[in-house]
Amino acid sequence: MSVRSDAAVAATTGGERRIRLSTGFRVALPVIIFLLVGFAAPLLAVIGFSFMPPRTFGFAGQPTLENYITIFESTSYISLLWSLGLALATVVILILISYPVAYGLVRVFGRWSTLVTLLFVIPLFVSENVRLYGWVLFLIKNGVLLGTLKTYFGVEPESILFTTGAILLGMVYVYLPYMLFPLTLGISMVPNDAREAATDLGASRWQVFREVELPLSMPGLVIGCLLTFVLAVGAIAEYKVLGGQQVIPITHDIEIAFTYAQNWPLGAALAVLLMLIVGVLVMIALRRFDLDRFLGRR
Amino acid sequence: METRATRVRHALIVVWLLAMIAFVYLPSVAITLASLTSSRYFTFPVPRWGLDWWQKTLSSIEIHQILETSILIAAVVTVIAVVLAFFGALAFARYDWKGRSVFQKIVLLPIFFPQSVLGLALLLWFNALGLQLSWHTAVFAHLVWIVPVVTLVIAIQVYSFDPALEEAAYDLGATRFQVLREVTIPVLMPGIFSGSLFAFLLSWGNFPLSLFTTGADTTVPEYLYAKMVAGYTPGVPVLGTIATIAAIVILIGGYLVMLALNRRRRAV
Repeated sequence: MSVRSDAAVAATTGGERRIRLSTGFRVALPVIIFLLVGFAAPLLAVIGFSFMPPRTFGFAGQPTLENYITIFESTSYISLLWSLGLALATVVILILISYPVAYGLVRVFGRWSTLVTLLFVIPLFVSENVRLYGWVLFLIKNGVLLGTLKTYFGVEPESILFTTGAILLGMVYVYLPYMLFPLTLGISMVPNDAREAATDLGASRWQVFREVELPLSMPGLVIGCLLTFVLAVGAIAEYKVLGGQQVIPITHDIEIAFTYAQNWPLGAALAVLLMLIVGVLVMIALRRFDLDRFLGRR
Repeated sequence: METRATRVRHALIVVWLLAMIAFVYLPSVAITLASLTSSRYFTFPVPRWGLDWWQKTLSSIEIHQILETSILIAAVVTVIAVVLAFFGALAFARYDWKGRSVFQKIVLLPIFFPQSVLGLALLLWFNALGLQLSWHTAVFAHLVWIVPVVTLVIAIQVYSFDPALEEAAYDLGATRFQVLREVTIPVLMPGIFSGSLFAFLLSWGNFPLSLFTTGADTTVPEYLYAKMVAGYTPGVPVLGTIATIAAIVILIGGYLVMLALNRRRRAV
C-alpha cells in the first residue's frame, strides 16, 4: 500500500491540502539544512579550491585554471582509466554472481530468506580494511590457502596477492551486498502471475527471463549497478591492501596530492573530475526513477 | 507445479548460495585463525595455538582508548542521525508535498558518492571554517553519509504506515505532540530501531570518512589500517576479530529485540 494514499489526498479539501504541503516541507527542513551544510557546502569548497593557485591553503588566491592544465598534461588519465575500468569489471562480475542469490532470496529460500539476508548484512558493519586484511592472510604465501596446499597436497602455486586480480577480488567482495540487496528488491517487484502467465503461454525458461523477469526487475538492477560502480570508482583500500602498488587508482592520486605533495588545489581539481563523472552518471540514471514504487513495495 | 528441471535449478541456486556465504566469511575465518596463534608471524597450518596476543591486546591502554573513541563516535552519531532521519523519512514517504521527489533524490546523493572523496571534501570544508579536527568533526562527517542511509531505512517503514491512524487521533482531540508520541513514534518503532542499528554499526565500521576527519583522535578501523601498512603485528587480527564479534553480537541482539517488538505489537 502506498502511503501517499492518493484517494485520501483527493478527498481532502483544498485548504487542508495546503497545510499538508507545508508539513512535508517543515519535517524535511532539518535534513535539508544539514545536507546543505554537510554535503553541498563541502563540495562547493572543493570546486572553489580547484581554481586556487597550486600549493596554497586558503581561498585568498587569484582564481586560475592551472591545476586543470596540470592534470591534462600529466599521466593522471591512466589512473582514472584504471579506476573506471576495474569498477566496470566489478559491476559485471557482481551482476553475474549475485543474480542467482537475489533470485533465491525472493523465490527459493522461503522462510530462510531472513537468515540469509542477515548473513550478507553482517560483513557490511565490519570495516572493509579488516575484511580485506583477512584476504591477505588467506592468500599470502604460507597463509591459509597456500599453507594448506603446501602441507596437505604438496603443491606450491604462486600467490595471487598483489596482482590486479586480487584488487578485483577485493572489490567484488566488499561491494557484493550493495548489488545483492537492490537486485533482490528489483526481483521482488516481478509479480508471480506475470511469470506464470508467460509460462502458460508456452514461453521457455530463457524467454521468461528475457521478456518478463529482466525488464520488470530493471529498477533494482540499475540501482545496484549505479551504487556498486560509484563505490568502486571511489575505492582505495582494495588497491592498497590487496594490490601492493601494482595499479594506482585515481583516488590514490587525489590522496597523494592532499597528503605528501601538499598540493590541495591539484587534489581538489582531480576530485572535481571524479565528481563530474559520478554526478553525470547518477543524474542520468535517477532522473526518471520512481522511488516510491521501488521502496514502497513490501 | 514442481517439475524436475525446477528442482534441479533450485538445488543449484542453494549450492551457489552456500558457496557465496563461504566466500563472504572466508576472510573472517582467516583473521580469527591468525588471532589465535601465539607466534610472532602468521603461518598456516598454525604451529602453536594460544591466546597470548588476545591478552596483550586486551590489556593495552592504547587499545582501550581507541575502542572508547569508536564507541563514543558511534553512539553520538546514532542519536543525532535517528532524530534527523525520523523527520526526514516522514518527508520522504509520509507527506505529499511539492518538493518531495526532489527531496528524495537529494537524500540519495550522499549515498551515491565516493566516500573517500567526501572525506577529503569535508576536510577542506572544516579547514576553510577554521575548525580543529577531532572526534567531533568525525561525528559530523559520519552523519553526512549515515543520515541519508537511516532516512531510507526508516522511510521503508513509513511506506507501510497508515496515515488514518494519525487522523483518527487528531479527531479524538490529541495535540500534535501527543499524536507524535502516542501514535507515530510507536507505530514506526521497528523502522527507528533498525535505523539506529544501521547508524551505530556503519559508524563503528567506517574508515574512509574517519581517515580524513578525526585529527588526533583514532578509531578502530583507522588504527588497524595504520598497523596494516606499517607491517604485520598479531594485534591486528585480534582487534579485527573483536570488531567483527562486536558487530555480530550487536546485530543479532538487535534482531532478537526486533522479534520481541514485533511479537508484542501483534499481541496488542
